Amino acid sequence: MRFGIVVFPGSNCDQDCFYAVKDILNKEVKYLWHKEKYISDCDCIVLPGGFSYGDYLRAGAIAKFSPIMDSIRKFAQKGGVVIGICNGFQILLESGLLPGAMLRNDNMHFICKYVYTRIEDNDTIFTNLCKKKQVLKMPIAHNEGNYYIDNKGYEKLVANKQIVFRYCSKEGFTDDKCNPNGTLDNIAGIINKQGNVLGMMPHPERSVEPLLGSTDGLFIFNSIIKWARKKI
Amino acid sequence: MIKPKVYHTLGLNDREYSNIIDVLGREPSITELAMFSVEWSEHCGYTCSRKWLKILPKKGKYKSLIGEDAGGIIVGDLAIIFKMESHNHPSQIEPKQGAATGVGGIIRDIFTAGTRPIALLNSLRFGELSKSYNRYLLKGVVDGIQFYGNCLGVPTIGGDIYFDKTYNGNCLVNAMSIGVSKRDMLTKAQAAGIGNAIIYAGASTGRDGIGGCSILASKEFKENEEKRPAVQIGDPFTEKCLIEATLEALATGYIVGIKDMGAAGLTCCTSEMAYAGRSGIELDLTSVPRKDEGMEAWELMMSESQERILLCVKKGKEKKIQDIFLKWDLQAAVIGRVTGDKKLRISDNGKVVAEIEASALTNAPVYDMPHKKPEYLYSLNKLHLKEIPLPKDCNNVLLKLLSTPSICSKQWVYEQYDHMVQTNTVTLPGSDSAVVRLKGTNKAIAATTDCNSRYCYLNPYRGAQIAVAEAARNIVCSGAEPAAVTDCLNFGNPKNPDRFWEFKNCVEGIKDACKFFKLPVVSGNVSFYNESPHEAIYPTPTIGMIGVAKDVKKVCTQAFKKEKDVIIFLGGSDNELGASEYLKEIHNLVKGDAPKLDLRLEKAVQNTTYQAIRKGLVNSAHDCSEGGLTVCLAECCISNKENMIGAVIDNLNFNIRKDSVLFGESQSRIILSCEKKAVKEIRDIARKLHSPFRIIGRTTGEKLIILDGKNEIINLTLEELSREWLNRRF
Amino acid sequence: MLEANIYITLKKTVSDPQGLAIKHALHSIHYDEVDKIRVGKIITLKLNIKSKDKAKERIGKMCSKLLANPIVEDYRVKIKGA
Repeated sequence: MRFGIVVFPGSNCDQDCFYAVKDILNKEVKYLWHKEKYISDCDCIVLPGGFSYGDYLRAGAIAKFSPIMDSIRKFAQKGGVVIGICNGFQILLESGLLPGAMLRNDNMHFICKYVYTRIEDNDTIFTNLCKKKQVLKMPIAHNEGNYYIDNKGYEKLVANKQIVFRYCSKEGFTDDKCNPNGTLDNIAGIINKQGNVLGMMPHPERSVEPLLGSTDGLFIFNSIIKWARKKI
Repeated sequence: MIKPKVYHTLGLNDREYSNIIDVLGREPSITELAMFSVEWSEHCGYTCSRKWLKILPKKGKYKSLIGEDAGGIIVGDLAIIFKMESHNHPSQIEPKQGAATGVGGIIRDIFTAGTRPIALLNSLRFGELSKSYNRYLLKGVVDGIQFYGNCLGVPTIGGDIYFDKTYNGNCLVNAMSIGVSKRDMLTKAQAAGIGNAIIYAGASTGRDGIGGCSILASKEFKENEEKRPAVQIGDPFTEKCLIEATLEALATGYIVGIKDMGAAGLTCCTSEMAYAGRSGIELDLTSVPRKDEGMEAWELMMSESQERILLCVKKGKEKKIQDIFLKWDLQAAVIGRVTGDKKLRISDNGKVVAEIEASALTNAPVYDMPHKKPEYLYSLNKLHLKEIPLPKDCNNVLLKLLSTPSICSKQWVYEQYDHMVQTNTVTLPGSDSAVVRLKGTNKAIAATTDCNSRYCYLNPYRGAQIAVAEAARNIVCSGAEPAAVTDCLNFGNPKNPDRFWEFKNCVEGIKDACKFFKLPVVSGNVSFYNESPHEAIYPTPTIGMIGVAKDVKKVCTQAFKKEKDVIIFLGGSDNELGASEYLKEIHNLVKGDAPKLDLRLEKAVQNTTYQAIRKGLVNSAHDCSEGGLTVCLAECCISNKENMIGAVIDNLNFNIRKDSVLFGESQSRIILSCEKKAVKEIRDIARKLHSPFRIIGRTTGEKLIILDGKNEIINLTLEELSREWLNRRF
Repeated sequence: MLEANIYITLKKTVSDPQGLAIKHALHSIHYDEVDKIRVGKIITLKLNIKSKDKAKERIGKMCSKLLANPIVEDYRVKIKGA
C-alpha cells in the first residue's frame, strides 16, 4: 500500500508524516505537491499539520482551493481513505469533506502538550486495532482546535457514530478538566458519514517511537494498513 | 555639501564622516552616506566591541566553523550551525513583532548557511511584573515567538526567562537557532565569479525599519518616544516558503553564495558578500521588487523589510533558480552581476547613486573604548553575613522562592510554543537542557541558554565565567558533552567607562572559561545601549551552548524517577549568600560578590556526572542554580507532574550557616539520583575524577523533608511545592 | 474603482472567547461599563468594476466561497461611491 502526503505551502508536519510512514512503518510513501492532480496511485492520502498559507484568513481556508483538493474530493467520493491531521483536519472542514468548523482555542493561546484521547468508535478504518474506550496518548499543537457544529449537525454526528476521538483523562474520563481548548463535547476527531475520511487534532505521527514519549499513534497508522491489507 | 546635522542624525560623528571623505576621495552621495551610516554602526560594524571579541577562543574538540553569519561545528559528516541574536529595542516598542522578527532574522542566518533549522531557543529578560507594561511585554514577546516559530515549523525547545527591575524600560529578547546539514551542503555568504548573477528573492522591499539599525540600536530610549515606523512586521508564511525554496535551490549546486538581508538590508548583504568573495557587485535598484511607492535609492539600500535573501547564482542558471522560487510563489529577480573591481556600484533609473570599495564599508572603524571599574562596586561587594538574620521558617522561604517569577515553572510559556514539530525533541522543555536527536544517526544535540545577570553586575568577570560554567553544567546534566558556544552580549552605553568596563570584563570571563572547557565561541552578537532613561541594565552576557550526546538513548532529565533511589550530592557548599535570589527576595538586598567559581572543581563535578550518565548509572541529574539546593531538590521532586516523588534529605553538612546550605548559590553542584546498586560505581568515578561525593538522602513518599540532625527544617508536601511552582503568576 | 468594506462577524450562536477576554481586560483597567464585546474583522476591497450591483453580487460570492466561513460567520457588505 502507498501513502500520499500532501504538501501545501506552509505545511510543516509533512516530513514528520513521511518519516513515520517510511522509516517507522516501512511503507511506501510519496509527497504530493498541492498543485498535482494525479493521486490515484495512493491508497491513503494524508493532509498533514502545519500552517498552510500561514493560516491567513482562517486556518485551511485558502488551501481548500488548491488544485489537489478537487482530486482528493473525487478520491474520497470513490471511497479512498483520507486522514487530515491538525491543519489537515481544518482543511477538510473548510472544504466541506467533513462537517463543522474550527474556532480558536478558548484560552486564546496556542497549546502544545501531550493529551489523552479516548476511542469512541473502534469500528472504523482508522481505529480497528483499538479497543472501545481505549485511551491513547498523543500530543496536540494548535491555535484553532475548538470544534464547532450547530445542534442539528451535532445530533447527526452522534446518530451516525461519526465522533471517533474525545479528549479525556489518563483514566479515560471525559470532562471539562481534560478539554484543552473548549471544543464541543471534548471532540478531538471525527469521520465523515461514509467512514473513509478522518479529521483529528492530535498528532499521531509524533507518537510512533518510544524515544519521543509515546507509540500510541501507531494504532492509527496500523489500523489503516490492516484495513488496506484486508481490502486487497 | 552634507551638513553635520544630517550625518549626526544618521549616527556618524565628525571623525567618521571625515574618514568617509578620505576613503571616497570626495563627498559621499546621500545613498553612500546612508550605506556608511548603517555599515559603520555598532550593530553592523561592531565598532566598540570588535577589539575585544577577537580574544574569544576559536578552537575546541570538534572542528569549528567561524567567519560566516552563523558559525558552528562539524560532528561526523554533519555540520551543526547555530547562533544567537538580540532584538531588544524593537521588542520594547512592539513586543509581538519585535520578537517575531527576531526569530525570523536568526532563522534566516541558519538556512542561508545551507542548513535546515531544527531548533529555536530564546533568552528573555523583563522588568518587574508588578508594572503592567512589563506584563504586556511578556505576553507580547511570547506571542511573537509562538506566532513566528510555530508557523515556521521549527520547534522552540528551550531558553530562559528572568525578571528584574533592572530591565524596566529595556527588555531583552535574545533568539537562538540551530541548523543541521551534511557538511558538504554548507554555503558561504559570498559573491564570486565575474558575470555571475545577483538574485533577490523573497518579500518586496518597503520602508520597514529604515535606519532601524543605526537609529534604534545605537541610541538609548527617551521616555515615550514614538519609534513605531522603525519596527518591521514579520510574515512567517513567506519565510517558511523561503526556507523550502532555498534548500531546494541549494541542492542544485548552482548557488555560489547566499546571505540573508537582516540589519542594514541590501547594503550589508551586498558589501559583505562582495568583500567575502573578493569581488565587486553591480546593482540595478530598478529591478528591486518594491511594496511602497516612490522609494528613493537610499531607502531601498537601508530598508530592513523582512523575509528577503540575496543569492549569487552561476551565470546561465538564473532561470532554473528563479523557477524554484516561483514554484513556492516567491519572487526572485536578477538585480545585479558580480564584477572584478571589488567595488559596490549601485544604479537607480540609469544613474549611478553609489560607488564604494566593498572593503571600505565592511571595515568599520575600531574603537578602543575607555573603561573604569564603577565606584559603587567597592562598597556593594562588601556583604557582612553576620548582618543577615537567619530565617525562622525555612518552609516559607522555599515556597516564596519557588513562586518567584524568575524561578517558577515556565510551563505557561513553553506550552505556547510547538516544541515537538520535526519529531526530534527527545527532552522536552522543563529540564536542564533540551535535547534534539539527529535523524539518521544515534546522536543528539543538547542546547541551553544561561546568564545570571545579577552575578555579572556584582562581578562581571566571574559572572560571565559562571554563565559559561552553568551552561556546560546544564548540558552535562542532560547527558551530553559541551561542544561549542554562541553568545549574545547585552550591555549599556559603551561610551560610559563604567559600562564598558563591565563589557570588557565579561568578555574576558567568557574567554577564560571557554578556554578552560575547550569550547570555541563560533558566533555571536553584541547589543549595546540597553538603557532606560533611568539606568543601564545589569550586564547580561547570555551564553548559548550546544553539546553532543553520543547516544540518544542515554539522555537524562532532572525529575526523580523512582522511589527508594539514592540521592547524591556532587560538589560542596560555601558560606556565601552574595548575589543570591534568596538575599534579594527574602532580605531585599542585591549585594556581595558573585559566588566563587573553581573551574577545576566544576570540571570534576561535570565529568563525574557525564561519565555516570553515559554508563547508564543515573536516573536523574539536576544542577543547583538560583534558589540554591532546596529549590534544586524541590524541582527534582515536582518537575514531572504525572510522577512527583518526594525525598528525605538527612545527611547534609551543616557546618556553615543554615541558609547558605539551603539557599546559597555556591557553584559546581549537581544532584543525582540512582538505584542503590549504582552508588558504588558512581562513587568510584567521583573519586577518580576528584569530585566531592556525598549521599544526602533518598527518594520517598509525598513530601520534601530536609533534616538538620533531628530538626526538620523543611517539611512540605509535593502538592504545596507544586502549587507554588506551577501557579502561573503572569 | 469601487471600494467595499466587508464586515465579518461570528454568528450570534457561536461563543466568542476573544471578546470575553477583552472584556475582562477592559474591566481590569476600570472600564466596568462594558457589558458585552464581540470581535470581528473588516476586509477592504478596491475593485475594478463600475456597477455597484455587479460588485455586490460578486462580493457576495467571494464571501460565501472564501472570505467568510458560513458555518460560523456572518458578513455584511458596504460599497462606497464610484
